[in-house]
Amino acid sequence: MTQLNINVHHVTRVEGHGNITVNAKDGKIEEITWEIPESPRFFEAMLRGLNYEDVTWLAPRICGICSVAHSTAAIQATEAAFGVQPSEQTMLLRKLLYHAETLQSHVLHFYFLAAPDFLGVGSVFPLINTHKEVVLRALRLKKLANDLADLLAGRKTHPTSCVVGGFVKFPETSQLGTMRQRLSEAMDDLKETVKLFKGLNVPDFIRPTEYIALKDPKEYAFISGDISSTDTGIAPITDYLEMTNEFCVPQSTAKFSRHARDSYMVGALARFNNNYSQLLPEAQKAAGELGLKAVCDNPYMISIAQIVESIHAVEDSLRLIDQIVARGLKEEKPEVKVRAGRGVGAVEAPRGILFHDYTYDDKGVLTEANCVIPTNQNHNNIQKDMESLVPSIINKTQDDITLMLEMLVRAYDPCISCSTHFLEVRFV
Amino acid sequence: MKPRLGFFDFTGCEGCQLEVINFEIELVELLELVDIVNFREAMTEKGEDYEIAFIDGAITTESDISRIKEIREQAKIVVAMGACASLGGVNCLKNFRPMEENLKIVYGDCAGYYNTIPARPVSAVVPVEYELPGCPMNRYEFLKLAKALLLGKKFELPNYPVCVECKMVGNVCVFDKGGFCLGPVTRAGCSAICVTTGRHCWGCRGLVDDPNVNSEKEILQKHGLTVDDILNQFRIFNGYLEVSK
Repeated sequence: MTQLNINVHHVTRVEGHGNITVNAKDGKIEEITWEIPESPRFFEAMLRGLNYEDVTWLAPRICGICSVAHSTAAIQATEAAFGVQPSEQTMLLRKLLYHAETLQSHVLHFYFLAAPDFLGVGSVFPLINTHKEVVLRALRLKKLANDLADLLAGRKTHPTSCVVGGFVKFPETSQLGTMRQRLSEAMDDLKETVKLFKGLNVPDFIRPTEYIALKDPKEYAFISGDISSTDTGIAPITDYLEMTNEFCVPQSTAKFSRHARDSYMVGALARFNNNYSQLLPEAQKAAGELGLKAVCDNPYMISIAQIVESIHAVEDSLRLIDQIVARGLKEEKPEVKVRAGRGVGAVEAPRGILFHDYTYDDKGVLTEANCVIPTNQNHNNIQKDMESLVPSIINKTQDDITLMLEMLVRAYDPCISCSTHFLEVRFV
Repeated sequence: MKPRLGFFDFTGCEGCQLEVINFEIELVELLELVDIVNFREAMTEKGEDYEIAFIDGAITTESDISRIKEIREQAKIVVAMGACASLGGVNCLKNFRPMEENLKIVYGDCAGYYNTIPARPVSAVVPVEYELPGCPMNRYEFLKLAKALLLGKKFELPNYPVCVECKMVGNVCVFDKGGFCLGPVTRAGCSAICVTTGRHCWGCRGLVDDPNVNSEKEILQKHGLTVDDILNQFRIFNGYLEVSK
């Protein structure tokens, strides 16, 4: 009879620290747990007492990988609190900046963190000798994304020039033109990416769940719209607490989330499942080639949804640059009038829906902050996936089961350092 | 034999590790000259035979302390990457409140489950050979240090304020634009990126040695600002200096 004693202490190739424990005796599963032993950072406490400029400067430091997402959520929460309406140009530039981060983060995930499993290596580094062209392609795509973010926001990691009310520095039209050319050329690299991943064997595992993402009737939503659930439909972002319902799990101190079912999923696949019909044509085509069809209930397909979204991000970036150039880029000065109030900002971070909720006093000093991080919302779904997956593969070897579980965690691209900036789990 | 490197993350955003992965061709070239044996964020293998340890993040729990001591025992050279590891960074903002209060604000009724200690830089726990301050660290400064280590050359951080670099790139002074800036007392090496891209200096690279405090006071007075203004701003990245005294 099967005996299992899996103890992956700190899953590698994920952002932050997570542990997997599985115990089975005589074919009977005794324990399956997904644990998070990350150090807490207390941002909600640290933000208190800071003025709004320092708040929006500090918020990106929650996460190095998705600092643009945190920056945008913080800025939009503050704008909502102050009643500031960003201009049309600001929204175009923000979306373009946002695509840069989505592309950067997705490329990092599917090439550096997920692909090594499929190619039978422990990291991207040995691939430099065996698959040099693949590595160079990944680095090229990442560099393009970083350069685009640098151009729009000063720098990709912890952006500088995006502020409450707009931007304080603007690219030259000629720089946007050069970027457009490079983005257009990157389509070839992305098509090669589709070819590569099409040939990889994605594990076949199905567990239907609830998918939650932003939804905007005008476009595939990243920084605008309402909350959408595949189970319950649309709700305004100000109702986020009713969706996220963070709760404590008795056997662990991790706070998990659930809504209409036992658990729900956020991220690329949740966005795809909610908004697939709004993907641009090349992205739709890639989804077809990669066998991704809504509603997809295989969490291992998250990486595939990220590839599809990367193509969408580049396609939409081309459109956005054309629009920005056609309107004529103006050096708009951000106009901010501070007032007391509360505001919620919701964006789709690469790993899923992210909420920042701030309350300010009449001097623009923060009195209360609450942030709900995508990975926190996914922890419970990862746990439920594991509970469903392990019995179905119990006859495989312990090494195979371990790899399948690690790949499952990696598929979610968890940003644990991010998620535990607010919630911490006791080390078990 | 190639030098063996390890990368280790403590309490932080992992942005500085990301800056290392953000190199393009330089990353490929660097990997020809060194062996990365431990880099949890990017690889599965966990080698414990590293000679140079790159640390990202601040020390904020008891287990962080024992872990950094173990790393120090193994590594010949310890490098603190970024503001969190070299200065304590933004994490030290929590040090201005009792830890119980922080726990209560963030975890409410569950506060009792968690542990935290005042945040501190790596050098407050173990000796550190090199520091690469900044939030995030400047990845070209990382490359400069890597080259110096490989060639056995000396590496030193600039010891002049951000103002010098700001003048070199031709920025209009933030104070002259009616703003507030920590450039006059902050260590250069960032090409004054925050001012150049439209903001001011938040001091993320720490104090220059022997900062000209009188001159900063003079500037503050001239522009109608107070020492409290500067302290509030300074503690965002450098709170450790203030509360550790």
